[in-house]
Amino acid sequence: MARAGKRHAAGWAVANVVVVAYALFPVWWIAALSFKDPTTLTDGNFVPVKWTWDNYRGIFETAEFTRALVNSIGIALIATVIAVALGTMAAYAVARLRFPGKRLLIGLSLLIAMFPPISLVSPLFDIERALGLFDTWPGLILPYMTFSLPLAIYTLSAFFREIPWDLEKAAKVDGATPAQAFRLVIAPLAAPGVFTTAILVFIFCWNDFLFAISLTSTQSARTVPAAIAFFTGSSQFQQPAGSIAAAAMVITVPIIVFVLLFQRRIVAGLTSGAVKG
Amino acid sequence: MPGAAAAARLSAGARQERRLGWLLCAPAVLVMAAVTAYPIGYAVYLSLQRYDLRFPDRAEFVGLGNYAAVLSSPFWWEAFGVTLFITVVSVTVELVLGMALAMVMHRTVLGRGTVRTAVLVPYGIVTVVAAFSWQYAWTPGTGYLAALLPAGEAPLTEQWPALGLIILAEVWKTTPFMALLLLAGLALVPEETLRAAMVDGAGGWQRFVRVTLPLMKPAVLVALLFRTLDAFRVFDSVFVLTAGAHGTGSVSILGYDNLFTALNLGIGSAVSVLIFLCVALIAFAFVRLFGAAAPGSGEGGR
Amino acid sequence: MAEIVLEGITKRYPDGAVAVRDVDLTVADGEFVILVGPSGCGKSTTLNMIAGLEDISEGTLRIGGQVVNDKAPKDRDIAMVFQSYALYPHMSVRENMGFALRLAKTDKAVIREKVEEAARILDLTEHLDRRPANLSGGQRQRVAMGRALVRAPKAFLMDEPLSNLDAKLRVQMRTQISRLQQRLGTTTVYVTHDQTEAMTLGDRVVVMRGGVVQQVGTPQHLYDQPRNLFVAGFIGSPAMNFLHATLEEGLLRTAVGDLPVDAGLRGRLERADAPRDLIVGLRPEAFEDAALVDPDLPGARFTATVDVVESLGSDVYAHFTEEGWEPATSADLAELAADSGTAEAGGGGHQIITRLGTTTRVREGGRAELYVDTSGMHVFDPRSGANLTRREAAADGR
Repeated sequence: MARAGKRHAAGWAVANVVVVAYALFPVWWIAALSFKDPTTLTDGNFVPVKWTWDNYRGIFETAEFTRALVNSIGIALIATVIAVALGTMAAYAVARLRFPGKRLLIGLSLLIAMFPPISLVSPLFDIERALGLFDTWPGLILPYMTFSLPLAIYTLSAFFREIPWDLEKAAKVDGATPAQAFRLVIAPLAAPGVFTTAILVFIFCWNDFLFAISLTSTQSARTVPAAIAFFTGSSQFQQPAGSIAAAAMVITVPIIVFVLLFQRRIVAGLTSGAVKG
Repeated sequence: MPGAAAAARLSAGARQERRLGWLLCAPAVLVMAAVTAYPIGYAVYLSLQRYDLRFPDRAEFVGLGNYAAVLSSPFWWEAFGVTLFITVVSVTVELVLGMALAMVMHRTVLGRGTVRTAVLVPYGIVTVVAAFSWQYAWTPGTGYLAALLPAGEAPLTEQWPALGLIILAEVWKTTPFMALLLLAGLALVPEETLRAAMVDGAGGWQRFVRVTLPLMKPAVLVALLFRTLDAFRVFDSVFVLTAGAHGTGSVSILGYDNLFTALNLGIGSAVSVLIFLCVALIAFAFVRLFGAAAPGSGEGGR
Repeated sequence: MAEIVLEGITKRYPDGAVAVRDVDLTVADGEFVILVGPSGCGKSTTLNMIAGLEDISEGTLRIGGQVVNDKAPKDRDIAMVFQSYALYPHMSVRENMGFALRLAKTDKAVIREKVEEAARILDLTEHLDRRPANLSGGQRQRVAMGRALVRAPKAFLMDEPLSNLDAKLRVQMRTQISRLQQRLGTTTVYVTHDQTEAMTLGDRVVVMRGGVVQQVGTPQHLYDQPRNLFVAGFIGSPAMNFLHATLEEGLLRTAVGDLPVDAGLRGRLERADAPRDLIVGLRPEAFEDAALVDPDLPGARFTATVDVVESLGSDVYAHFTEEGWEPATSADLAELAADSGTAEAGGGGHQIITRLGTTTRVREGGRAELYVDTSGMHVFDPRSGANLTRREAAADGR
């Protein structure tokens, strides 16, 4: 019995190792590339032979990358704040209030969750050029917040639904207006859910590529994923692979740290909306 | 008319609640409508025009001409076939792998946290970054994986190997998400029910097929629906890995190329609308055929 | 403090279902009124309408002389204790209790003073700075009470406030609530499904069923003079025994023998045009071990098999059964049985539950002779459920 148990445990341990390796392989490879000296870049070695920070130094010297990094952070942050704010309001209404038109809202956000972004690229390209939004921050913030709103509304309303109804009734009887009930009772309880949602939305915005390459044309609003795709390297004679890898690491590491720090919440957030609906 | 009477008798509280509900939803609805409904309508309008960005003055109404051009073009059908292939294969593999992963996460006791954390890494990574990693890995010269292949092989320049690698990149990136959704579904299966099945004489496989799967069917369907729609929109990985060359372009790539390479807004919009219709059809089929509980449909009445 | 007046209060949902129908009730200033009934009888809906948490479809609600139908809960100046307590988990006990005053923009020092006074009354002083999650069930319940107390509102509304406590604590809190209410003299409406709570707590009890008020009265009045089968069966524990009876030659023929009908009752039965088939209701205490009773006492006597004997020390409850006893049937009784879950329990045969003197020598499985005191007997019409024995129909509502 004990031996079977041990063999069992060993089996799970192997499975765990396989899973971890599976998850980390490409990350390691891009990290390895980013530390490779230009002379060994093409050696195909799994571990760098000559370590160097040059690739990082190189990209931070070019405005192409630093400007894109600022764009990425700024655009994703603003889109996250707006999407979470609007999503919180709508999710509260969906989870807590009775009003006609609720089904319509749920249907609309479901529709957008399934919407193929490419379908919007052509018309948005034309509309934004006409409105002067093309190649600006707002030009990217708008589609980002729109496409993350359904995510925000679902996740948040799932969190809101877990707050017991009676609390709001109690607040009302205690003399609160519906708005006060929201601000003083529900909002503080919902804060963890809001925070989780913000992480998910930020990752979503941070990850986008299609809008970033379609709705920008210069450095003024191009985000890192798009900039990477247009990298030419810090010097003409250098293969851009090292720069691309370094830039990739710069936008990957903070997200991974974030994900690791808040993994429990992220798992809860990712699954709550989908399973409980 | 009890309805009218009730409406007339709505107390201050209910009226306040109703107004607050509308007020709270209004900004979200306005944004969503302005950024999606209006452009998609505009896309339909554009798709009925001959509208070449190089010759903006020659724009004119051509009816369904653009659609005829797209649907009679081999490029559309190739892209459509490629997209369908990528979607079906990657979602199938993801489902199987994701289920296995979910089981590992559900059952394992030791190092549970490590596995969960590791699994979130692909989710957190920017798709483009992952795609570059795969690209370099498979490109002769920079790649460790390409080095394992016979000399002279460049998998990303041949249709089938390239498609396989695109699917690999997609599967790597999204299996964790699938696994997490399935894990949440697994958690809905009561341990006691499984014990009861064990006492009733069901083996491991029977328990999985006859108890676990039916009980987590809603979670599976929701995960499948979301992943299918997501896979059908595949763009980032294809763009980075092959840029759609060698017969690997998805419909999204086709739409993008029509707009930015051919600079043809009319045709590009027609492609956009067609993709939108495909996605709507898939979603409809899921809900109809499998009765997938669309998230949110359950609470509509509340 | 105020009087609460319900006039023709009706709750109708958009789908047409009626949860509460035409309730008339006046809760006097300082009175403690209990709404009781099986689940789904509309008692909680009625309470929520008084609180303003649900709309009133028809009728008028007055609190302290003011019509409040259209007022939001916050403008009604009432405090409510919820079944789940509904304590704010992110606030300390002190903040929970002071929340309403804070919303009312009361001076901070005053809030502090009032909260501390309420905490003293409820023995919560040492817990004031803890979070609800760190309190026991009984303490949470007291915080919920405290939250209502500090406001000195026009009325207290309580929605099954004790049902989440264990049996012993529930009895303790029951006395405490009763004492508090008497001391403060605040008008209180209390909802429960537990008839024992209803009987022990209230000045008056309102029995509801299917959204309709069945009877209003003091606990003793409801016990002695139930207006119909439903109230008779709902109030009292163990419940009243119901026997099928036929009226023949001035006698009620039942499974336990012929029961005499006195002149007054006979007159009322004739006036009411009573049907031949009737239901006789006898409380457990109407029976006694015949060996302990003076043989000359008027009443009926019968012999039956002793099924179960439950000795509680102060009382002995003996369950009797006999071949051929047929249960009384009516819609009302079926509903009561469904509510208490006894319909399924079944177990074959009809039983009579009796309360006997502690000196009784009946033994399980043996046979015993029982005496029936018919002076407290009730006779019901099985079709309407009406009690045909009631002397004063006008005694309802005090």
